[in-house]
Amino acid sequence: MPNELAVMARGLTKTYPKASVKALDDFDLDVPVGQVVGLLGPNGSGKTTAVRILSTTLQADAGTATILGRDVAKRPDSVRRHIGLAGQFATVDENLTGKENLTMVGRLCHMSRGTVGARAIDLLGEFGLADAADRPVKTYSGGMRRRLDLAAALVARPPVLFLDEPTTGLDPQSRLALWDVIEALVGAGTTVLLTTQYLEEADRLCQQIVVIDHGRVIADGTPASLKADMGATVLELTLDSPEAATRVATLLGGLANSEPHLLGATVELTVENGPAVAAEALRRIDASSDDLLGLSLREPSLDDVFLELTGEKTDVDAGAVAAGLVQDPAGHAKEPS
Amino acid sequence: MTDLALAPSSDPKLLSRTKWAVSDIRTVTWRNLMHIVRVPETLFFSAIQPIMFVLLFTYVFGHAIPVPGGKYINFLMPGIFVQTVCFGAISTAIGLSEDLHTGLLERFRALPMSRSAVLGGRTSADLVRNAFVIVIMTVIGLLVGFRPQPSVINYALACVVIMFFAFSLMWGFALIGLSAPTAEAAQLMTFPILFPLTFCSSAFVPIATMPGWLQVFARHQPVTQAVNACRSLMVGGPFTLSSAVWYSLAWSVGLLVLFVPLAIRRYRDLV
Repeated sequence: MPNELAVMARGLTKTYPKASVKALDDFDLDVPVGQVVGLLGPNGSGKTTAVRILSTTLQADAGTATILGRDVAKRPDSVRRHIGLAGQFATVDENLTGKENLTMVGRLCHMSRGTVGARAIDLLGEFGLADAADRPVKTYSGGMRRRLDLAAALVARPPVLFLDEPTTGLDPQSRLALWDVIEALVGAGTTVLLTTQYLEEADRLCQQIVVIDHGRVIADGTPASLKADMGATVLELTLDSPEAATRVATLLGGLANSEPHLLGATVELTVENGPAVAAEALRRIDASSDDLLGLSLREPSLDDVFLELTGEKTDVDAGAVAAGLVQDPAGHAKEPS
Repeated sequence: MTDLALAPSSDPKLLSRTKWAVSDIRTVTWRNLMHIVRVPETLFFSAIQPIMFVLLFTYVFGHAIPVPGGKYINFLMPGIFVQTVCFGAISTAIGLSEDLHTGLLERFRALPMSRSAVLGGRTSADLVRNAFVIVIMTVIGLLVGFRPQPSVINYALACVVIMFFAFSLMWGFALIGLSAPTAEAAQLMTFPILFPLTFCSSAFVPIATMPGWLQVFARHQPVTQAVNACRSLMVGGPFTLSSAVWYSLAWSVGLLVLFVPLAIRRYRDLV
């Protein structure tokens, strides 16, 4: 069933009581079976609201959604038997041990006692928590907690998994470890809808990305196609001094879409046809008196895409933006703030 | 897609739904009781407060409160039992509020478990805790001179009446726990309900000593009925008032009929 949708949403709209802005506004989403789709957006963009509606813990004001063909509003119990939910807003019990948490969730998913016990031990082993299995969760580190949280979502082997900002607040090492776990799950055929505000995370894990802002989908596609939609490549040239960089920028000005961008001894140009422009740049620098120390062509990062789409910089990964040339929608290069 | 084939696709029928609801309530009850095992201080301190009340009323206020036809300690202990379970219901509100705000309820709500299990499991566990405290209080009472009539059956019946009342009150407090903005607020919100109910009742003083307008409230409210029922069954003699048993049971049924659907609806519609 290659075309079956694991998750489908049409026109979902939600306004929270006591809030005047719509948390979701005519939101559509398709997640094919077996894919990982990333819901990418800044804080307050509606990601969590979408996940809560799709996981039946919140009712939409308008619109419909189905999980494997089951309507979330009309058959919530059936939906709940097919989903796992993990992430920042769904937690584990601090006073229970890791094993007890998994057993509790398994029992509440109506698995038999024997099955649950074996499954809990397997999962704790898989997630590197075997040694901590009989310790209360309050003694766990943040990374261990998130792994247990994810394990709890997997106890009943749900075919569809919702991960709501699974790595928010984790240190880089724990984040990498959790990414490995998620990749393994996907390799085993689980459909995943993942929300994140980390572009790097979406880029690494997701086959499809849906960018959401103010409760609306503002772009979707593969990470590569979103970047290609920028319609440009970034050419980076490194010289031996800022003065040389300035001279080269003047020399190559006409080749770029927009004003060349100077970062110390580096010149960055956003160009249409990367390889051809690079060759021409090399010829011109060769004919000049300056020495080229380095040259690179790179795709725009998802940060560039995100910034162009939302007009806002993500609060994290700003370093990646700072390292690149940032274009505003009008096409003028500007200094990242 | 073997996982898809494994998952049951049709909605289960009523009989198996009931079976699973009972199983879910047991699981959640177990989880809440594990909290008492892991944090035994909660049990210890929920017994300390009523013990202090016993000592306070027996040795400080007791001699100033004349009770027609009996010893004050025998008048007092049934009141203490009921007051204890009333204050014990606060933990229903606090516990649910904490589960709500830590995000545990969000996880539960995305599981295919019964919609009544979180509340049923919470109130059941609190009932077990109350039973513990009543046993402790009985021992303390006996130590300071409480002399119930020598009928284990009547004593047990009194405990059933108290526990049933406690159970009905917990569902009201569950509604508070699910509605309060924080666990601390939940606790504070129960006080304006608990203080008039427990102190403007027959728990500590005879109602006849109160001003007339207050007597009207005090005589009919549920805590008084539970206390009178308990006194009648435990002590009997001058305190016999068998009709109170029925009034108390009626109050408890009424509270359950009102609060169980409201609390479950509140749980369903959490935002």
